[in-house]
Amino acid sequence: MQNSIVQWLEKTAARFQDKIAFVDEKGSYTWAQVRQKALSIASNIEKVVPGRKKPVAVYMEKSADMVITFLGIAYSGNIYTAVAPDMPPSRVEKILDVLQPSIFISTRELCGKVGSGKDIVFSGEVLCFEDITGDDVSDPNAKRYADSTLDTDLLYVLFTSGSTGTPKGVAINHRSVIDYIDWVVEEFSVTENDSFGNQAPFHFDNSVLDIYSSLKTGAELHIIPEQMYHQAPQLLQYLVDNRISTIFWVPSALSQTARSKAFETVDLTRTLKRVLFAGEVMPTKLLNTWRSHIPNATYANLYGPTEITVDCTYYIVDREFSDEEPLPIGGPMRNTEVLVLDEQNRLVTEPDQVGELCVRGSSLAAGYYNNPEKTDEAFVQNPLQTAYEEKIYRTGDLVKYNDRHELIYMSRKDFQVKHLGHRIELGEIETAVSSLDGIGACCCLYNHRKSLIVLFVEGQFTRAEINEKLAELLPRYMLPSKVVCLDSLPLNANGKIDRVKLKQDYIS
Amino acid sequence: MKEKVLAILNGVKKGVDYEHATALIDDGILDSFDIISVVSDLNDEFDVDISADELEPENFNTVDAIVALIKSLQ
Repeated sequence: MQNSIVQWLEKTAARFQDKIAFVDEKGSYTWAQVRQKALSIASNIEKVVPGRKKPVAVYMEKSADMVITFLGIAYSGNIYTAVAPDMPPSRVEKILDVLQPSIFISTRELCGKVGSGKDIVFSGEVLCFEDITGDDVSDPNAKRYADSTLDTDLLYVLFTSGSTGTPKGVAINHRSVIDYIDWVVEEFSVTENDSFGNQAPFHFDNSVLDIYSSLKTGAELHIIPEQMYHQAPQLLQYLVDNRISTIFWVPSALSQTARSKAFETVDLTRTLKRVLFAGEVMPTKLLNTWRSHIPNATYANLYGPTEITVDCTYYIVDREFSDEEPLPIGGPMRNTEVLVLDEQNRLVTEPDQVGELCVRGSSLAAGYYNNPEKTDEAFVQNPLQTAYEEKIYRTGDLVKYNDRHELIYMSRKDFQVKHLGHRIELGEIETAVSSLDGIGACCCLYNHRKSLIVLFVEGQFTRAEINEKLAELLPRYMLPSKVVCLDSLPLNANGKIDRVKLKQDYIS
Repeated sequence: MKEKVLAILNGVKKGVDYEHATALIDDGILDSFDIISVVSDLNDEFDVDISADELEPENFNTVDAIVALIKSLQ
């Protein structure tokens, strides 16, 4: 039985030695090169700080080098965390407080920023990626712990973003990733002939699908340069030129492309086979734009919190949807159970009854790193199981079943608000607004102090114009009280609409 | 000020002859949801803080009443 993701690298590198593995702006690595460099990194880690199960912070610009560093850390039996150079210093500081890493791995360009009295205050060992040479491959220390890693040992800790306060480090073990990726590869029939076009930053767990599907199968992983996302025609041309077969993007990235006219000039029908998305609600109207231009691709709506290794439910788009119809998030993945619980912890099974999505399965996180209190709050005993310990994760997301017994995402529990006596879901308003013609990205927030439904939209509209159209889709009490027009909505580090910033800037 | 108030009202609900209307609330032209929006926009535009006590129909039935309310708060 497989106990570590390192075994994937061993097998893939043996099978596809000279095949391209990872590609970024600077160049590419073959699988043999990836393995060699990863082993060198493992050997160096063992030299400077012997032992295993230690957290190692990776402080790099997003690159192929960064993925290889993750694999090197896994070889050494240690745990990686991605720290992005564009993260605010206060956040990095909080992450380091929680993590207490023993080593930093960085690049020549960024090494100088880490150390005593530097931008990132750190007193441990700092390794520079470029200085790690390939001569240590035969060093037995490199693989000292690789074979004795248990599948329950941690692979990575990713910090959840978006909320204020102390970031929580979601601790994920090898088994969680192995089970999740085995499912992805089987469900979507991924092979070595595929190419992934990665959008997600490496501190965002959507990237786990790209990285490890590639590692398991030998498919190419293309790290798409970030600036491409601002130029839809070039972005689509990149997908064609690199024969990208699979993308797993946040809906904001897909929507931006759909709103441009890029599809009129670039033909993706012969190369792109799978369009997967997760992380926020995909506006159905914009998905329909993608489907009309690339009708033969498979589209899948994935859903899940970082706490259950990327995703826990999925829906493969199998029928037509009108622009204002919400897209289901479907049903549970393999080895996962979804429980929809009402406020009295009773199981919701009937259509249209709303409950909180709770989940259990082999991909559940080990907990929050160095934070037993938060772990105990979020990972709780299944209220329907009294005979033995069985942990579920309460997502804080409200869902309901439709008549086909598919799950429909409603909103965050904290996005459900009581507005002038009516219980409303802000997500429902966003879905309706997204379906209107001529409207770009949107986001709906609630001002509790003033009892206002505040709608943020891209473009120039008055409340009257928008509400006239919305009145056909929503009850009177759900119409926005205030409309704020912006040239573009701010995005957070993961590429999702930055609700926290909007709240700070506009909701007093 | 009157022009700005008219612009706010038109932005909340179109197609009403606000200048000549005499019973915006009493005739149900603006309902409670509209008033929430109007109050929010007036607060932002004129830097005032219209309180719950002032949410009386006579303060919102005509444009002139709204203008008078704002002036009294400034």
